[in-house]
Amino acid sequence: MPPEIVSVENLSFGYGSSLSIENISFNVSEGDFLGIVGPNGAGKTTLFRCILGVLGNYAGSIRLFGQDIKSNKGLLKRVGYIPQKRTIEQEFPVTVQEAVSFGLIGLRNSSNTVLSAITDVGLDELKNKRIGNLSGGQLQRVLIAKALVSNPDLLILDEPTISIDKESEKKFYSILTELNEDRKKTIILSSHDLDAIKKLSNKIACVNKRLFFHGNVHEFFDNEKLMMSAYLEASMQTHMHSHFDAENGSDSKADPNVA
Amino acid sequence: MVVTVRPIPMSLEILTYGFIQRALISGIIIAVICSIIGLFLVLKRHSLFGDAMSHVAFGGIAIGLYANVYPLWTAFIVSVLAGLGMTKLREVAKIPSDSAVAVLLSSGLAIGIVLISLSGGFNLDLFSFLFGSILLVSLQDLIMISAVSGLVLLTMSLIYKKLTYITFDEEQAAVGGLNVRNINYLFIVIASVTVIASIRLVGVLLISSLIVLPNITALAMGKGFKKTALISCGISIGSVIAGIIVSYFANIAPSGAVVLTETMIFLIALSGRSILNRNRQTKVVNL
Repeated sequence: MPPEIVSVENLSFGYGSSLSIENISFNVSEGDFLGIVGPNGAGKTTLFRCILGVLGNYAGSIRLFGQDIKSNKGLLKRVGYIPQKRTIEQEFPVTVQEAVSFGLIGLRNSSNTVLSAITDVGLDELKNKRIGNLSGGQLQRVLIAKALVSNPDLLILDEPTISIDKESEKKFYSILTELNEDRKKTIILSSHDLDAIKKLSNKIACVNKRLFFHGNVHEFFDNEKLMMSAYLEASMQTHMHSHFDAENGSDSKADPNVA
Repeated sequence: MVVTVRPIPMSLEILTYGFIQRALISGIIIAVICSIIGLFLVLKRHSLFGDAMSHVAFGGIAIGLYANVYPLWTAFIVSVLAGLGMTKLREVAKIPSDSAVAVLLSSGLAIGIVLISLSGGFNLDLFSFLFGSILLVSLQDLIMISAVSGLVLLTMSLIYKKLTYITFDEEQAAVGGLNVRNINYLFIVIASVTVIASIRLVGVLLISSLIVLPNITALAMGKGFKKTALISCGISIGSVIAGIIVSYFANIAPSGAVVLTETMIFLIALSGRSILNRNRQTKVVNL
């Protein structure tokens, strides 16, 4: 059985008096590609921020590579993280090469490693270009290169395809597939793109403050009842109907009043 | 009003004067540290930090003059404490950065004014701190400026990469294992020290220009981080040298001449950029 990379047990966290995530437990094994789905405000980013040690005062426990992250922050050096694009200041005066080299701070720095990470994501020709001059898709590839340059064992991606075009999205997903299948990287991806999650992941977690489902991705998508029961929130049901309509080729818009 | 202009000598005789040599050396040193620290302050959206710190330093200088202690020491202590206090205020009370700056700026100035009125009004010393007096820099001042700047540069060389990453994205830097909080506090101390060391050059009232102008000019050129920092240092050094020399021949205040030179370079860079952009757009249309 492959070793556990992430182990979350009874995790709860709240801003102020209300809980953003409540009693969540799941595991991610080595080589897994876990897709996390849930509506906006479901607590996906909060969950990531807890796993990444940014939020510390949570209840429950989080283990990375078998160790509690509170007792060993050094574990985070084995994690590559790609945040939602909107958290990056695009006018910041850094070139692609400089931005990717941030991923090696605190580690042994080598310009060859940086250049090879840039090559991996197909941005050789843009390495001296300022990030403010890149398209959304190219910027996402810079962030992948930055996350990969330290050769992490775990990649965490928080809605990485927001506001990028379909072509870039396709390229982005093919890089993720290659990382998971060929390089055996463990990946956790949160996304609203259920089709992508279905194609890319082998495991899925459905979160809306609580964990509604965690298990095999085919078991989830092949069982409509299971899928629907996982989404108790009305906003999520709307989201699911849109997905079914798209899959069945229906022209009709999902009716938010239909349960 | 009569403006006296000194004759411009054909030789570099001006460079043989001790006071000009000291002014140029200290000016270049200050130009370098201000542009390096300033780049981070501008990118962190703390452009007015220098202004706030210098006004707090004014309060510190007034305390020194009132208590008969070397004013730059009291200014140093007060500024560092105020800088750390401002950072804490932003963290704990969630006060926006510009509001925290406004609180510091006005309270620092108020302390200064109250102490000055208690000690019988403005004197020559105080004017030199307000408007700068680089031509009066003594050998002792030069040694002090060099030592402090050396310390600033050494510390910055140690945290430069980490600070760049934190300025780029604090959360990702924290995830990458950097101690964001401690590095930010250390930077505030260094920035406060830089402001104090620079007061002799341009004075309390103009110090933020030395921090902001070369950097926004360099940023307008659209280069990467290292090149932007180098361009900013170049602009700053060039402005200080030009400002001091022009001020000598035109018999005007050197601090004003330095800042006006920087402003001119900024305006030229902006115009150059808009002409370039217009040309590029025209080419695209012609295609």
